[in-house]
Amino acid sequence: MNNAGKFNYRLVIFLIAIIFGVGMSMPTFLQTQKGAKVSLGLDLQGGLHMVLGVKTDEAIKSKVKSIASSVKFFAQSSDIIIDDLRAIEETISFSLLDKDEEKKIDEMLKTISGLQVNKEALKYTLTLSDKEKDLIKEYALSQAVETIRNRLDQFGLAEPNVAKQGSDKILVELPGVKNAEDEQRARELIAKAAHLQLMAVDEKKQDRSATMSPTEAEQYGDVILSDAKSDHIRYILKEIPILDGSMLTDAKVGFDQMQQPVINFTLNSEGAKIFGDFTAGNVGNRLAIVLDNKVYSAPNIRERIGGGSGQISGGFSVKEAHDVAIALRSGALLAPVTMLEKRSIGPSLGADSIHASLMALISGFALVSGFMLFYYRLAGVVANIALIANLFLLIAIMSLFGATLTLPGMAGIVLTIGMAVDANVIINERIRELLRQGMPITQAIEHGYENAMSAILDSNITSILTSILLYVYGTGPIKGFAISTAIGISVSMLTAILGTHGIYDLLRSRIEKSNHNPIMWFGIKRSH
Amino acid sequence: MEFFPHHKVYDFMKVSRFFIVTTLSLAFISIILFFTHGLSYGIDFAGGTVVQLKYEQTAPMDKIREALAKDKLFSGAIVTEFGSPEEVQIRFASTTEGVTHDVGDIIRSTLKDSGSFDVRKVDIVGPKVGGELRQKGIMAAVLSMIGIMIYVGFRFEWTFAVASIITLLHDVAITTGALILFKVEMSLDVLAAILTLIGYSINDTIIIYDRIREELKSTKDMDLMHVINTSVSKTLSRTILTVLTVFFVVFTLYVFGGEIIHGFSFTMLLGLIIGSYSSIFISAPFLKVLGFSVEGYKNKIALKEKNRLEKAKMRSQYEKGTV
Repeated sequence: MNNAGKFNYRLVIFLIAIIFGVGMSMPTFLQTQKGAKVSLGLDLQGGLHMVLGVKTDEAIKSKVKSIASSVKFFAQSSDIIIDDLRAIEETISFSLLDKDEEKKIDEMLKTISGLQVNKEALKYTLTLSDKEKDLIKEYALSQAVETIRNRLDQFGLAEPNVAKQGSDKILVELPGVKNAEDEQRARELIAKAAHLQLMAVDEKKQDRSATMSPTEAEQYGDVILSDAKSDHIRYILKEIPILDGSMLTDAKVGFDQMQQPVINFTLNSEGAKIFGDFTAGNVGNRLAIVLDNKVYSAPNIRERIGGGSGQISGGFSVKEAHDVAIALRSGALLAPVTMLEKRSIGPSLGADSIHASLMALISGFALVSGFMLFYYRLAGVVANIALIANLFLLIAIMSLFGATLTLPGMAGIVLTIGMAVDANVIINERIRELLRQGMPITQAIEHGYENAMSAILDSNITSILTSILLYVYGTGPIKGFAISTAIGISVSMLTAILGTHGIYDLLRSRIEKSNHNPIMWFGIKRSH
Repeated sequence: MEFFPHHKVYDFMKVSRFFIVTTLSLAFISIILFFTHGLSYGIDFAGGTVVQLKYEQTAPMDKIREALAKDKLFSGAIVTEFGSPEEVQIRFASTTEGVTHDVGDIIRSTLKDSGSFDVRKVDIVGPKVGGELRQKGIMAAVLSMIGIMIYVGFRFEWTFAVASIITLLHDVAITTGALILFKVEMSLDVLAAILTLIGYSINDTIIIYDRIREELKSTKDMDLMHVINTSVSKTLSRTILTVLTVFFVVFTLYVFGGEIIHGFSFTMLLGLIIGSYSSIFISAPFLKVLGFSVEGYKNKIALKEKNRLEKAKMRSQYEKGTV
């Protein structure tokens, strides 16, 4: 190489890499407002990580109920008399009294997608097709993700992460949660079904509310629900609701005459019509406002209520009313959620972990670089420059990918320090071997790099291979470990091989001037 | 500075029989231990709950145990000090499914009379998730070994691939045996450490194999024992140096990394030593055990070279238009 001792392409690439690395890692180190940063994982900054299971079967049951509701509404509004309408588990059954109406009902049922109709004389049994059930399950999951995300956004926590996991799970990550009370409130908001129903009180049976058993109520097509404030007050309600929260357009916190917080809700036009028709036909009866299977109030209907607005009152605190309104606005959860996995880390523990891993990083770096210096002299300095560049580049690339730094990720970085100098150890040992054979340093360097290459490549590729598998099959923090080691090893090929080679090229004339002094450059005496 | 006299060729093969027999039996004993005693799985894999508390003063262990004993939910709870006298870790097998009110909340209210404390960590892993995590972990370990075997088989020879996998199995078995012996709980972190050690151990092995391959190409020496001895000796300082640098960082992780990462750093520390040892004393000598033949290898290389020349010749003839 003629331009030896001057700038060379290796050095140029290395310098560009350093500038890139230092530049791109600055937002992370200085924690600037702008620019891509490495974000801290929940285990380092504290927060809540949950995997929720979605009971998608429940979504099918509630879909069946709502179909029953529309059958009932259709029958009433077209003056078809049906009897014994039931929605039990995933099956709806009813009988038609007048054969002449059969056609009308059949046509209406045809408009409901995925419905399988089974008729025996005038006794109908309705079920959903398997395909429809799968669709409902799928929809329930994405709807739950969407709903939970909406709720958390409105709740005002920083950067909530809600994502689908598999076919029936949801991952929820809340970095902003700082104490147990906040955490519990967030969990309540997430899990609130926010299932609003307006139901008719069965006035004929209500007298017996204190004694009737749920199975008896079922026989009459009723359900028994208790009051939100007291379990002792029970209501016997028609099982098929008049309408539900899916027809709700808005919900806001307001105050009633007693200055108690209430939730005012507005229905869409369809809901308003159903509501108006029902109230017109049931003056004198009671209407129960039911939220998540608790009766909040059951006022008497005095006249037809038009306009489609209503109120939920029931002794909320302002906070509760606020959360309920958020939940109602973002919609009901079609399927209830359960906790499959939860990891909640307090901020103080996160801070301790950061402290501990930084200590490990700094002392690990000091030990390794000190050792390289001691063992290889100037070649150690060169290797250490590459090591520092490696760390900057690692952070820079992680920020660009928007990677999250977890505690195992920190361990991965610490480990990278040890692994990255490995390439330099291999190269330097090769160079030393050649020096012992009496080769001049500049020549030994060229051959040393050549000889070491295949070993470094093979070993690094297998390491990256295991990192990739760790990433694919690992979960949460382990993925962080896989990312930092994979990037660290890849970057080390640029810094430890190309970078150091470039530096030696630059120093070529110095090496020649020093009379190829092997003890100064590579820490060994020339034998013989 | 130098650790080893550079010109010396150590007779590794002479002692390798002893080492192979000894540590392969150790690995075998570990496998028996695995099936008789079994690993103690942490909640990541077994499911369960871990709560970590930090009290303002020394943690009242007796009071905590007493309070927990009153609730069936906490039956079998293990209460231990965690890192400092103020901190405790409570572990038990049951979990709760409710999102709004979970076992962490229950513990908080159960222990509220035991003193003033801060809940630092609540981990709840339901039984279903635990099973999935375990399955994925095994998948990762098996796949990485298969991947390595294919890669080594592709880059070297099948004997090298088989020897390297036996070495890896040996490493993983002994490490697992040590985990059982030292009662280290199998967690996600420990699994990550084992997978890292697989990658690390194969690193060392490959460096030595690379040297053997190079040696085979350049020397007229037909004695495999001698070739292996030379190659291992020549890479010895590199092997030791790299162990040292990685050992430094893992050791600092072990010392400064805190209680949470102890399982990880302990396993790494252990695996590091086993991995380097096995590269020197198992992976290379095992080529001999598997009946690797220098002559066969050289013939194969020669044949390959011949084919290559043949092809080149054909191509040049083709390009010249003579065929």
